[in-house]
Amino acid sequence: MKFTKKTKISSEIPTASMPDIIFMLLVFFMVTTVLKEYSGLPVNLPKAKRIEKLKSKRHTVQVWVSKEGLISIDDRLMGVDDVSLVMYDKRVADPRIVVSLKGDEDAEMGLVSDIHENLREVEALKLNYSSKTLVD
Amino acid sequence: MAKKRRFRGSEIPTSSMADIAFLLLIFFLVTTTIDTDKGLGIILPPPGDMEIEIRKENILNCLINSQGKVLLDEEPTSVEKIHRIVGEKLRSNDKLIISVKAHPKTAYSDYVRVIDQLKMADAKRISIANSN
Repeated sequence: MKFTKKTKISSEIPTASMPDIIFMLLVFFMVTTVLKEYSGLPVNLPKAKRIEKLKSKRHTVQVWVSKEGLISIDDRLMGVDDVSLVMYDKRVADPRIVVSLKGDEDAEMGLVSDIHENLREVEALKLNYSSKTLVD
Repeated sequence: MAKKRRFRGSEIPTSSMADIAFLLLIFFLVTTTIDTDKGLGIILPPPGDMEIEIRKENILNCLINSQGKVLLDEEPTSVEKIHRIVGEKLRSNDKLIISVKAHPKTAYSDYVRVIDQLKMADAKRISIANSN
């Protein structure tokens, strides 16, 4: 008698709120989408296999080195000697700082070595050679 | 007739709204790149010219010239073979320090390839000599 009542429960998924859910997702992806890939110098990153991810963007400073030998930090061009000045302030503000060196494939090691020395001077010792994944 | 037309035109059709929203959603899903920085991590030595005496047999010299050719332990070596040679040497001597020295005109990519090879050999003690 009463068993028949149970079968009347509708088995349909309510779709009335679907557009709202989709719009919410849409807004999320619209907000998180970054159309501009990088703000720095145009570089071709070298390729490597044993790459590791940098943990957080907040503790990362990007140092761009182009093949012409230009250096850019925070969208400002500077000479090699200014790197230590800029990095000193950054290291004092955040001791956990990691330097992500975005060097061009054809950049010269002499310049990279100078940057090493400048980073050592201000004790910004955690360095990461930014590179793309090598697939073979 | 005229009455019917007025009635039809008073509403925006919402049945296809979900489809339009889906289309936009897929577009943004595809174009979104949650970009993370990836690369080879390395720890630089602290400042100051410290002189630590290291026994000669615990040092492995790795020199890179301006053409990207590698001289590993006084022997010319191709870059792809470094990880095997260093891996073997590390197995026999775990105190081994690899000292990498590049010519100032060496391309950065050649240097990164060598560091990558050392990482593949699980070398923990990598020393980077000043190029200049």
